[in-house]
Amino acid sequence: MDESIEGFRAGIRTWLEQNCPPSMRLPMGQDEVPWEGRFIETLHPDAKLWRERLASRGLVAPGWPKAYGGAELSKDEQEVLKGELRRIHARPAVVGGGIPMFGSVFLDYGSEELRERFLPLIARGQIRWATGFSEPGRGSDLAGLQTRATREGDHYLVHGQKIWTSYADVADWLFCAVRTDPNARKHEGITILLIPIDAPGMKTTRIDMISGTSHFCQVFLDGVRVPVGNRLGAEGQGWQLIRRALENEREWVAEFLADGSSIFGLAESRPLPEMAREYEGSDQAGRIRDEGIRQAVAQCELDSLCYELLSSRLEQSVTGGRVSGFATSVVKYLGAALTQKKYELMTTIHGSQGVGWEGEGFSEDELRMTRAWLRSKANSIESGTSEIQLNVIAKRILGLPESGTRS
Amino acid sequence: MRLCLSEEQELIAQSVRTYFARESPVGRMRQIRDGRDATGFSRPLWKAMAGLGWPGMAVSEQFGGSGFGSSELGIIAEQCGRSLAPEPFFSTALLGASAISVGASQAQQTAILPALARGELILSLAWQESARFHPTRIATTAVSDGSGFRLHGEKRFVPDAHVADQLVVVARTMGDPDAPTGLTVFLVDARAPGVSITRTSQIDGRNSGIVRLTDVSTGGDSILGALHGGAEVLDHLLDRGSAFLASELVGISLEAFDRTLRYLKDREQFGVRIGSFQALQHRAARLFCECEMAVSVARAAHWALDHQSSDRSLIASAAKAKCCEVAAQVTNESIQMHGGIGMTDDHDIGLYLKRARVISSMLGDQYFHRARFAALSGF
Repeated sequence: MDESIEGFRAGIRTWLEQNCPPSMRLPMGQDEVPWEGRFIETLHPDAKLWRERLASRGLVAPGWPKAYGGAELSKDEQEVLKGELRRIHARPAVVGGGIPMFGSVFLDYGSEELRERFLPLIARGQIRWATGFSEPGRGSDLAGLQTRATREGDHYLVHGQKIWTSYADVADWLFCAVRTDPNARKHEGITILLIPIDAPGMKTTRIDMISGTSHFCQVFLDGVRVPVGNRLGAEGQGWQLIRRALENEREWVAEFLADGSSIFGLAESRPLPEMAREYEGSDQAGRIRDEGIRQAVAQCELDSLCYELLSSRLEQSVTGGRVSGFATSVVKYLGAALTQKKYELMTTIHGSQGVGWEGEGFSEDELRMTRAWLRSKANSIESGTSEIQLNVIAKRILGLPESGTRS
Repeated sequence: MRLCLSEEQELIAQSVRTYFARESPVGRMRQIRDGRDATGFSRPLWKAMAGLGWPGMAVSEQFGGSGFGSSELGIIAEQCGRSLAPEPFFSTALLGASAISVGASQAQQTAILPALARGELILSLAWQESARFHPTRIATTAVSDGSGFRLHGEKRFVPDAHVADQLVVVARTMGDPDAPTGLTVFLVDARAPGVSITRTSQIDGRNSGIVRLTDVSTGGDSILGALHGGAEVLDHLLDRGSAFLASELVGISLEAFDRTLRYLKDREQFGVRIGSFQALQHRAARLFCECEMAVSVARAAHWALDHQSSDRSLIASAAKAKCCEVAAQVTNESIQMHGGIGMTDDHDIGLYLKRARVISSMLGDQYFHRARFAALSGF
């Protein structure tokens, strides 16, 4: 088996050498991220070429069946592919939730018709998804959602409102959780509908965030007619699909956090010690001058190392399968805490240069850092708050009893 | 970098775990402590462990050892942490064996290592002199007297000193007491004239002592490594020792956490189990996450040492720093979550707190290792 995997590695390596354009092996700027969806066609021609080449071999969604645009690679083969892509610093072909977050939901719950309709498009990065789960006032109590869908012949009529819908303003479709049965228990009356973001009755507005950017949106659904054929899974089955999608999302986000990736605007433009030397100064031996800051930088760097080691250990501990859904809570929780701690330290190191908002007196890097620090506050809120992750760990991993449990 | 145990290591871990659970429950350490045992550990058990090849775990097979590495000793260290077994693994199997293996002549290795592996010889390392560990702040001197050296000084916190047969002594052969270089490592017979050893009593009930060296004569062939070149041997001991102690701290953290988790599930207050309170659940979940990081970095340290990786010192220091930090958090929280009962000597949970504190100060605490990590990283 080892031999065949090594053969696979050699084949993939050769293919990548020949097919990954040199420009796609260079670091990627914020405006070069190949987000899935309608804007993907506006990227650099090399990015398009790179994506087309990968897609033609099914390597954008390598684990999927070939019939839907995948390559049917085994878990081991997918790991090899990932490693080889990393080895040549290849840029991702497509970035977005379509493949990592929703792909397996379509595969496991979608009708044949829906799979054929959506998966090949997703595998080529043609659809950008917005996740319509959260609702105003509901907070972490996702299952309390109130957006109502009533059946009228071969359509559903949808009324309601979604909030914290990331990038809905640039999305193509809304993966929307609605309540189809108000009389059922709250986890059982939920259904998933797929709705074009520009369907009549849909309205999207952006929410200004503390960082001055606005990737969070509100989506208003006012009498939107959705064909029954756009229902994913059975009526009332929505909660299962939501859980699966969220588990996928946690794993996906945790992977980004582990990589220190720039996808979420969390780019670490420069190593922390270098930054500290510039703003605090260094002694003749090249050490950060202030001993307190030096210890704090060391703590941060050391924690990052431990975190990376934990992520690799979790990956290694599963053979053939994926990291257990609960373990991703550990990684998500720690990753968010670590990223926030790092940004706290970065702004501290920048001193007064770290509090600029715009204009003169501050460099581009400084302004970007400050906004990224503000953005990082969402790390412990989005895709399941840290408190929710701790709940999952306490109950699912540690087996602690539900609150108020009589013994 | 492999961060999970290999199949062979998994088998070793299983047998070590089973053996410690059967032969060394925490009550045994308590008995030794309360009986003010003269030896401070069980010689028969040490001999029996030698039969399994454990004191010589990391000694090469040509000298009668088991020929394993840092990872396998780490497996034992973790169980020492879990069971609080007071046998002289750290002093002898790690520090003594490493110093001899890396610094001694073929003849010395032949004379010492097989006996060490048979459990017949106890060794220790006399390095630290002041309250806080500092590798080069050494005032003990060794002055050449023509044929050999004469050692003078006082060493503190020497593990298992009062039962040691041989001592690895760090002395200054050049420079001021604070100079970063000019150290030499000597092998000294613990019963040589001028060596006086005082056993001290620590919170963990374990053995450590003060070693006074008054004009102790030692031969020229007693140098381990090079004259004035002790740093090479000492760096090696610091790395291996830190990785070992990191694993012992992991064992302590995991055991204290497991016991606390059981308590949260059993203990009732206000008619419910206290583990159902979210305030406690979140704290337990955080500790779990911290423990997972500690386990990972300790494994990485052993792997880096066993594979001669160029960043082995960096990862060893990262491991000691992180594991000190996590063990402090876990043992402190363990006491708090146990409440009043956790403050009693009758309950075992306090023993883990005490042992963790002692280990944390050995070979440098978290501040020392974070600074070393920073220096090795170049900032």
